[in-house]
Amino acid sequence: MKKLIALIAFALVPVVGMAAGGGGVHLDPANIDVGDEAAIQDGAKTFVNYCMGCHSAQYVRYKQLTKVGMSEDQIKENLMFAGGKIGDHMTIAMSPADAGKWFGAPPPDLTLVARIRGADWIYTYLRSFYVDPSRPMGVNNTVFPNVGMPHVLTDLQGVQKPIYKEVEHGGKTTKVIEGLELVEAGSMTPAEYNNTVRNLTTFMAYVSEPVKQERQRLGIWVMLFLVVLFVLAYMMKKEWWKDVH
Amino acid sequence: MSFMNWIDERFPATKVWNEHLAEYYAPKNFNFWYFFGSLAMLVLVNQIVTGIWLAMHYKPDAELAFASVEGIMRDVDWGWLIRYLHSTGASAFFIVIYLHMFRGLIYGSYRKPRELVWIFGVVIYLVMMATAFMGYLLPWGQMSYWGAQVIVNLFAAVPFGIGEPLSEWIRGDYVISDATLNRFFAFHFALPFILAALVFLHIVALHKVGSNNPDGIEIKKHKDANGVPLDGIRFHPYYSVKDIVGVVGFLILFLAVVFFAPAMGGYFLEGPNFEPANPLKTPEHIAPVWYFTPFYAILRAIPPLFGSQFPGVLVMFAAIAVFFVLPWLDRSPVKSIRYKGMLTKVAIGIFVVTFVFLGYLGVVPSSKIILGIEATVWAQISTAAYFLFFALMPIYSKIDKTKPVPERVTK
Repeated sequence: MKKLIALIAFALVPVVGMAAGGGGVHLDPANIDVGDEAAIQDGAKTFVNYCMGCHSAQYVRYKQLTKVGMSEDQIKENLMFAGGKIGDHMTIAMSPADAGKWFGAPPPDLTLVARIRGADWIYTYLRSFYVDPSRPMGVNNTVFPNVGMPHVLTDLQGVQKPIYKEVEHGGKTTKVIEGLELVEAGSMTPAEYNNTVRNLTTFMAYVSEPVKQERQRLGIWVMLFLVVLFVLAYMMKKEWWKDVH
Repeated sequence: MSFMNWIDERFPATKVWNEHLAEYYAPKNFNFWYFFGSLAMLVLVNQIVTGIWLAMHYKPDAELAFASVEGIMRDVDWGWLIRYLHSTGASAFFIVIYLHMFRGLIYGSYRKPRELVWIFGVVIYLVMMATAFMGYLLPWGQMSYWGAQVIVNLFAAVPFGIGEPLSEWIRGDYVISDATLNRFFAFHFALPFILAALVFLHIVALHKVGSNNPDGIEIKKHKDANGVPLDGIRFHPYYSVKDIVGVVGFLILFLAVVFFAPAMGGYFLEGPNFEPANPLKTPEHIAPVWYFTPFYAILRAIPPLFGSQFPGVLVMFAAIAVFFVLPWLDRSPVKSIRYKGMLTKVAIGIFVVTFVFLGYLGVVPSSKIILGIEATVWAQISTAAYFLFFALMPIYSKIDKTKPVPERVTK
């Protein structure tokens, strides 16, 4: 029996290995910490200033940010430019129909984008816009080719141009983007910009699952309790089974 | 005690307690594999209880469903925990049931006189799959929507002009819509109670014939003067205290997932399902949840015949229905794998690997190349292996060299 299990386990190793493999564009690690309250607050500021013109976070209440060290007054002063109540959701005034007309597709709600695409994707995407005159907004993106979104953070980052390399494929040479270079500086240094995007990514990851920190904190206590209970349950079983031979 | 007498004269409380727990004699040699029956009941209860509490805040309405789930995750006190217990419970249910079925497979628990125990079990498995399938539509995410679209469209493949009206009848519309969501919610709520009734029948049938054991021998053959099987012990307290150990062990693993990895790397909660259902936007890659992928791979393995997907649909349902006849396919003189020969051991080994590999193939795009061969071809080979395990069983189980079976259970 043990041999059979070992055999099955061994045969399954390549299957598990294959499942772990993935493809797609290279993404830079975001290295975020959803427990970093300052980063979340800074990201929230960037989000309401630069993103919320077009994108909502409609399942998030402004009040959520009281959980990361902001007072209700601070939230109202720094984040709620149009007034409203602290319990309001982070919705926008732009109608999806208008947005569809202007951008080709309505800008998606971003509450859960970190759960759909992952933090690394957001972090890399916001740093991968480049000049492309063939596109309606004048920019393109290496992570999300032909995206309808303009580069709203260009004032901060500056302007990037692609560096091409020639690749031979089936006897034909094609130009492929190898990397991006900054050709016009923005108001931030590249390090400052990366940090701003990282903080924004932290905010997106936080609002996608605000309960994550609490869940993990609680989980440790649950595990400790169960381990103790397991020992007691096992001792009880041993005691009862003493007379079974 | 007079109170119990008063009850017993009107309701057989003590009788039922004794027959099914205190004086139900189970073989004393149950091993690790015998935990999964009680664990399956635990998970069923978890699903029913958390499900009822979710239903208190969930809105089965195409306009509101997605937002109501996010509301549960954010605004309802402990809503996130109830939701994760339910979503993780769905996957845990299948893991536990697959292990429970594997136990039956290796120790011959489906053999005479336990054919009906096994058949009730297969019915439970079928109802469970239907329940899980309909439940998966309720969050109204992209995978909920398109997964349901693909599966309900399978019914449209039925020939003779039945298919199209049949699939419309199931959906209540031409596409998956609000009407579908509403009825799936109704069924998803009702079916678990049918499941509970089927579990009752499963156990009544089991207690009539008595439990099998890792040696695959009948403990009722050797009884003492009082008619108690010599190798039997009372279910309560012996197995009730033992099952508590199993339950706590299971909870450690289960709650570790709930608290530390509820999405389980996209296998328990798929990433694209955090995007609301959009009937106008087909996802690039539609993958069912992991517990359906072996059957999905079988479906995709069968090429369309005369432009109809119907053969694939038939083969997929046959892959499940074949479990019903298993008791009559096994011709071995012994029940347990312990006393069966190499042929059976190899066959079961290949079957397990095939089933898991089919599960993997159901996740990846069918055009993916694995070791130089397209996934579709792998799926076809695996489907053949899957059915050969059953089709050849009457032969290999009969000619296989068996070992002598002991009279009494071993350690």
